[in-house]
Amino acid sequence: MTAARRRAGRETLVAWLFLIPALLAFAYFKFLPMVEGIQLSFYKVNFGGQNTWVGWDNFRTVVNDPDFRAALVHTLINGVSVAVLSAVIALLVALALQGSRRSVFFVRSAIFLPAITSVAIVAEIFKLLYYPSATGPLNIVLGWFGVPAQPFFSSPDTALGSLVGMQVWKAVPYDAAIFIAGLATISKDLYEAAAIDGASRWHRFLNVTVPGLAPTFTIILTLAIIRGFRVFTEVYATTGGGPAGSTDVVMTRIYKLGFETFDYGLASAASTLMFIVTAVLTAIYLTWSRRKA
Amino acid sequence: MTVQTTRQATAPSRSTPRISWGRPLRWLVFALLLFVFVAPFWSVLMGALSSRALRSGELALVPNGLTLSNFAQAWKTSSPYFFNSVIVAAVALALQISVSTLAAYALARKRFVGAAVVSLLILTTLMLPEEVISIPLFLVMRDLPLVHLKLTDSLWGMILPVVGWAFSIFVLTEFMRDIPNELEEAARVDGAGDVVIFTRIILPLVRPALGTVTIFGFIMIWDQYLLPLIVTNNQKLYTLPVMLAQLRADELSIPNVFLATTFIALLPSMVVYYALQRYFSAGLLNGAVKG
Repeated sequence: MTAARRRAGRETLVAWLFLIPALLAFAYFKFLPMVEGIQLSFYKVNFGGQNTWVGWDNFRTVVNDPDFRAALVHTLINGVSVAVLSAVIALLVALALQGSRRSVFFVRSAIFLPAITSVAIVAEIFKLLYYPSATGPLNIVLGWFGVPAQPFFSSPDTALGSLVGMQVWKAVPYDAAIFIAGLATISKDLYEAAAIDGASRWHRFLNVTVPGLAPTFTIILTLAIIRGFRVFTEVYATTGGGPAGSTDVVMTRIYKLGFETFDYGLASAASTLMFIVTAVLTAIYLTWSRRKA
Repeated sequence: MTVQTTRQATAPSRSTPRISWGRPLRWLVFALLLFVFVAPFWSVLMGALSSRALRSGELALVPNGLTLSNFAQAWKTSSPYFFNSVIVAAVALALQISVSTLAAYALARKRFVGAAVVSLLILTTLMLPEEVISIPLFLVMRDLPLVHLKLTDSLWGMILPVVGWAFSIFVLTEFMRDIPNELEEAARVDGAGDVVIFTRIILPLVRPALGTVTIFGFIMIWDQYLLPLIVTNNQKLYTLPVMLAQLRADELSIPNVFLATTFIALLPSMVVYYALQRYFSAGLLNGAVKG
C-alpha cells in the first residue's frame, strides 16, 4: 500500500468518524420512520397482536374518502393563496424598504417580528385579533373602512380565508427580506442601460427588476408550495380543522387518523401519498422553472 | 436585515426604479407597515401591562393603568412550561450545533469514499417534511431499535429528533469550504491532528456561521409544535408554545394574564433574534430553500 493510499484511507476513516453523530440522528429520526411509514401503509395495525397485510387497501380508502379529498382541496387553495399573496405583497414591501436609510433599517428589522415568532404564538395572537364580535380588534379596523364585522374563524365561509390572511402576515416579512437581498444582486448597469434607452420607471421595473428577481421568485414559490402542503400547526392551533371541517387540511386529517382514531395504517398511507405528491410537485416545478429561466 | 445586506443593497438601489414618493408618503408607508406587523405584538405587551381588566377580545395600544401583577401571575402558572421549553431549546440547540459542525467538517474538508452518498442522504431529509413521518416517528420513539430506549413521555423525545438538521449542516459546510487550505496544511506540518485543526482553526474561523445556525436553530426548535404533541399526552412535559392554547382556556377570566403569558412565550425568540441579527442574512436564502 502506498503512502498516498494509506493517507486516503485515513481521511475516509476520519470523515466517517466525524459524520457518525449526524448519521445516527438522521437514521433514527428520519430514515427509519420514513421506511417504517411506507411499510405501515400496507398494514392494518392491530394493538397487542400481529399487524395484518392489507395490500393497497389503505391507499384506496384514503383516495376515496370524501373528507380526505376535501382536505386536499383546502390544502391546495390554502397553499397557493398563501404562496402567491405573500410573494406579491412581499415584493411591494421590499421595494418600499430597500436602501440604507436609518429609518428603513429600523422598519425592516421591526417588521421582521412575525417571521421569528412561533406559529403557535401567532395563532394565539390571531385568535385575539380575529375576535368575531364588532368590538374585536380587526373588526374595529375594518369598521374604519365601512366593512361590516366578520366572523373570521367562527364561520365556515370565512375560516379558510382568515387562515390564509394569518399565514400571509407571517410569511411577508421573511419573503420581503429575501427580495431585498435579491434586489441587491441586480446589476445597476442594467438600470443605467435601460435609462439611457429612455425606459420609464415602470418599464425598468418590468424589464429589469422583474426578470432580475425571477430566481428569487422561484425560491420563494418553491418554499411556499412545499410549506403549503405540510401546513399543520397553523390550522390545528386555530380552528382545529373546523368549523364543520371547512379548514381541514391533509395534515390535520392525518393527525386525527393517527392520534384520535389510532388508525396508524391509514394515517401512514395518507402520509406516504402526501410525501409522493409533495416530491412530484417539487420536481415538476423545478424543471418547469429551470426550462423557463 | 444585517449590516451586510444593507451595504449590498445600497449601491444598486440608487438606480433601482423606486416609486418616487415624497417624504410624507414614505412615512405613511412605514407607519402602515409598523401598524400591520408590529402593532399586534405591541398591543399584547400593552394589554399585559394594563391594570384594568380587558374584555375578552379587547386589545389596547396604550396601557390602561400600569401594573406588573399580570406578569407575576402569568409566570406562576407558565414557568414550568417555560422551563421545559428552555431545557429543550438549550440541550437540542447545543447537540444540533455540535453534530452539525462535526458533519460539516467532514463534508467540507475531507475527500472520502462515500461523500456523494452522504450529501445526497442529507439532502433527502431536506425534502422530507417532518410532518409526514410523525406517526412512524412516534412508533419508533416508543422503543428505539437496537438500543431499546423509550423516548416518548420524556423531554428527550422533543430533543433528539431535531438534532439532525440538514440546514445547519449545509450552512456550516459552505462556510468551512471557504477556509484556505494553506492554514490547515501549515498546522498539519506542525503536527496538528484533525481534532486540533477542527477546534483551533476551523471553529474559530466559522464563528459567523455559528451565529447563523444558532439563530435559525433556536427559532426552528422553539417553533416545534407537532413533536411535543406526539411525544406525550402529559401536559406537565409540554413546552410553552404548545401549552398556550390550554392556558388561554384556563385563564379566560383574565385576558391580561394570558397576554402576559403570550409575551413570555415570544420573548426568547425576540431576544435571540435581535442579539444575533447581524448573522441572520447568511442563512436567509438557505433558510428559504429548507422548506
